[in-house]
Amino acid sequence: MNNHPLEIILARHFADNLSLAAFITNEEGDLIFYNESAEEILGKRYEETGPMPLLSWASIFKPTDKEGNHLEPENLPLVRTLEYRKPAHDSFWIENLKGEKYFLSVSSFPIIGRNETFLGAMAIFWKEEFE
Amino acid sequence: MKITIWGCRGSIPSPGPETTFYGGNTSCVSLETAESFIVLDAGSGIRRLGMELANRPRIDIFLTHLHLDHIQGLGFFAPLYDLDAEIHIWGCASLTESLRSRLTRYLSPPIFPVRIRDFKSKLLIHEIGREGFMLNDLQVVSDYVSHPSPTLGLRFCAENKIFTYIPDHDPVLGLPNSLADPHWISGFGLAKDADLLIHDAQYTREEYEEHLGWGHCSIEDALKFAELAKVKKLLLFHHDPNRSDEEINALHKKHINQNDSQMEISFAKEGESYIL
Repeated sequence: MNNHPLEIILARHFADNLSLAAFITNEEGDLIFYNESAEEILGKRYEETGPMPLLSWASIFKPTDKEGNHLEPENLPLVRTLEYRKPAHDSFWIENLKGEKYFLSVSSFPIIGRNETFLGAMAIFWKEEFE
Repeated sequence: MKITIWGCRGSIPSPGPETTFYGGNTSCVSLETAESFIVLDAGSGIRRLGMELANRPRIDIFLTHLHLDHIQGLGFFAPLYDLDAEIHIWGCASLTESLRSRLTRYLSPPIFPVRIRDFKSKLLIHEIGREGFMLNDLQVVSDYVSHPSPTLGLRFCAENKIFTYIPDHDPVLGLPNSLADPHWISGFGLAKDADLLIHDAQYTREEYEEHLGWGHCSIEDALKFAELAKVKKLLLFHHDPNRSDEEINALHKKHINQNDSQMEISFAKEGESYIL
């Protein structure tokens, strides 16, 4: 059994110590961790959801834009980061696993390790007042 | 595989009457197989090793990282001045500066009188990161491990035996209870099922708490890390420079008495060899 790359392990330690919600994927886009602050927003503990493939996490929270239109996975900032390996940012609605709706801002960035190896991505997100 | 300890002290050479048994030289270990002669780190222990290596056609030196206690012996390694020797130095790649250039910061005046270009041997420098490759009869795996500044851990396989070398490593990053899920433990894949693991054990648990962020491991966490990785023999390494022989003996006795696993443990000692 191999461990995650060091950069991903350090990202998790960083996320573990943030009060800001954080979400980490591996290079394939599989969700591999979210922190306690994210658990509060997403409505379930990470230990309960466990790892999730991209298509599951990108749809399970029912993302919609400001007008209430369904957002396809490829329009989510973290998916854009995984595809283009560049930072991305956006604001949109989600419905968490308790059925609560939140308007979130999400900033994501690629985790590119030494030798410029792409290893995954991290998103930080926070609740916004919808105006 | 024959593994020999030439230096097992951390941070700074610490010669003196209180360290004669375990030795005061900084990190240097040799690994010998039928077809290879590998030197792991170039701490002050490499000087004595160099005196025993006349007529070796090729020597490969792996530098886990460039902290001074791991490179300070390089300029005193006799084969580097031997016209007939071929020396390969392997170390961490960097995005901004070549390994040669980074080594030159130490191996040049005013820090050191001899420059790299003045070494008479044929010198080849290789930059590595997270990878696996064959070197003669050895399968080599390198991976980054948690320690300040880029640092590699190394795993060598030959003759169905596994030897892992992680001399400077903080696998718990200030959270001693984090040694649980192997996916999230730095260095775990390198150490998994090793027949022999040489691992950082600079501090006691209490000392670790006072040195958070220094990049080293407590004896207790090294034991837990090795047990999780199902290591057969653990050699505790990188002894604190202030630790006397008497204190290491006391720690050895304490941890041997508490060890209820199948894993064999001991504190590394200069001059000792292990055959796998």
